[in-house]
Amino acid sequence: MRAVFLAAACVCILCVAAICLFLLVNGLPAFGKIGPLKFLSGSVWRPGSGAYGIAPMILGSLYVTAGAIALGAPLGVLTGVYLARFCPRRARAAGRAAVNLLAGVPSVVYGFFGLVVLVPAASAVFGGSGKSMLTASVLLGLMILPTVISVTETSVRAVPEACYEGALALGATHERAVFFAVLPAARPGVTAGIALGVGRAIGEATAVVMVAGNQPVIPSGPLRGLRTLTANIVLEMGYAADLHRGALAATAVTLFVFTLAVNVLLALGRGKRPA
Amino acid sequence: MGKIDIENLNLYYGEFHALRGVSLSAPERGITALIGPSGCGKSSLLKTVNRLNDLSEGCRVEGRVLLDGEDVYGGGMDIYTLRRRVGMVFQKPNPFPMSIYDNVAFGPRSHGVRARSVLDGIVEESLRRAVIWDEVKDRLAGSALRLSGGQQQRLCIARALAVRPETLLMDEPTSALDPISTAKIEELASELKKAYTIIIVTHNMQQAARVSDRTAFFLLGEVVELGDTSRIFTAPRDKRTEDYITGRFG
Repeated sequence: MRAVFLAAACVCILCVAAICLFLLVNGLPAFGKIGPLKFLSGSVWRPGSGAYGIAPMILGSLYVTAGAIALGAPLGVLTGVYLARFCPRRARAAGRAAVNLLAGVPSVVYGFFGLVVLVPAASAVFGGSGKSMLTASVLLGLMILPTVISVTETSVRAVPEACYEGALALGATHERAVFFAVLPAARPGVTAGIALGVGRAIGEATAVVMVAGNQPVIPSGPLRGLRTLTANIVLEMGYAADLHRGALAATAVTLFVFTLAVNVLLALGRGKRPA
Repeated sequence: MGKIDIENLNLYYGEFHALRGVSLSAPERGITALIGPSGCGKSSLLKTVNRLNDLSEGCRVEGRVLLDGEDVYGGGMDIYTLRRRVGMVFQKPNPFPMSIYDNVAFGPRSHGVRARSVLDGIVEESLRRAVIWDEVKDRLAGSALRLSGGQQQRLCIARALAVRPETLLMDEPTSALDPISTAKIEELASELKKAYTIIIVTHNMQQAARVSDRTAFFLLGEVVELGDTSRIFTAPRDKRTEDYITGRFG
C-alpha cells in the first residue's frame, strides 16, 4: 500500500518538475536571443517586425491584479467577517452556498458575464469600447471573491472565543470586538486568502481576454485597454512559430516567476507569524 | 449590603438548571473566593455578573444581581457600562495578538479615549498596578504574545484595570500558571483588594485560604456554605464543605 502512496506523490512531483523543465527549455533560449533586458523592459511588442518587448504585458498584469485586489479584498474580507460573526445562522448557510457556487463558475462564464454586462455598462458610463483595465479589474475582483471570502470566514471562525470574550469583557461593542480583536488575530489567514487571490488574478487568462481589450501597449489610464501576460500567450500561441513562439514561452516563464514570488512571499509571511 | 449582591439567582442553559437559588454578597474592598468541584456553576456565576452569559444560547436568568444596589439585569443598566465597571480576568491568559501597549489601551479606546497623552498615562498606571511595568516598559511596542504565561496573565489584569473598573472577576486566574507566577498573581490580588472588590473562582483550596476574606462553597449549582474564609476552613458547618476542603472528594 505504501508503494501506491509513494507512486502517487512521485507523479505529482514529477508533473511539477516536468512543467518547470519544459517551460525553461522552451523559454530561456528566447531570453538569450532577444536579450533579457530588451525582452523585459521593451515597450513594443510587434512579432511581425521582430520587436519582442513585454513591459506592457507585465504592467498590464500588475495593474489588473492590483485593481482586482483593491476591489475584491475589502469586499471579500468584509463579507467573510459578516458570514463568520454577524449574519444569522440560516442566512449563513445560504451565503456560504452562494460563495461556493461563485467559486465553481468557470472562467469563461465570468468572461461572458463581463462581456455582456460589464463592458456595455462601462461603455455607457465612461464612453469608449468599455474594454479596459477598469473592466478587467472589476471582473477579476469578482472572481477572487470566493477565495478571499471563504478563507477569511474560516480564519475568523478559527480565532479562539476567548479573544472575543476578552474584548467584550472590557466593555467593547460586538463590532469593535470583532474588528479590533478577532480580525487582527485572524490576520495571517486573511493575508493568505488575499495572496491566493493575487495568484488567481495574475494567472487568469480566459475571462481577462474577453474584457481587457488586449492592446499590447502600456495603458495610459484605467479606462484604456491593456494586455496581460496570460492574454499575450493565449492570443498568439495558436499561430506563433520560431522566435515568436519562444518569446511566448518566455512570457510564460515570466508569469511563472511572478506566481512563484507570490508563493514565496506567502510562505515567508507564514513563517514569521508569532506563535 | 455588599458591592455585589446576588439574590436568589437561578440560571438555566436551556433545560439545564446551572445555578439554584444562589444568594451571595461580595463586600467592598475584599476578596470573595468561590470554591467547589468542576461544573458546579462557579464560572457561570461570574459570567452572570458581567453578563457574558448573554452570549450562551438558551441562557435564562431569574433573580437579581445587584451592583451598588442596581440590578444589572434591570433595564436601567447599559451593558457596556456594566462591563467597564466589572472587569474580568480569564482562566487562560487571553492577550490580543497585538502590542503590549495596544492590549492595555484596547479598553479605554473602546470607551472613546483617543488622546495619545491620556492613553500613555493610563497604560503606564495600569501596568504599574498589575506589577508588570518594570518587565515590559522597554518593549511596549512588542507583541504581547511573546510574554511568558504569567506575564500574559498580569498583562490581562492590567488590561482589565485600564478601564478603571470597580470590581474584578477572576476566573481561575492561575490554573494555567507555574507556582512562581501563581504567587505573583496572588500577591497582586491581595494588593488590588485595597481598591477593588474581587471575586475569584479557584480550584485551589490553599489559594482561597491564602487570599480571600470570604469563601462560598458551591456544589451542583447551589451555595452549600458561605462565610469568613478563616471560619470556613477551620470550622465548616456543613459536612459536605468539610469533606471537600479536607480533600475527600472534588
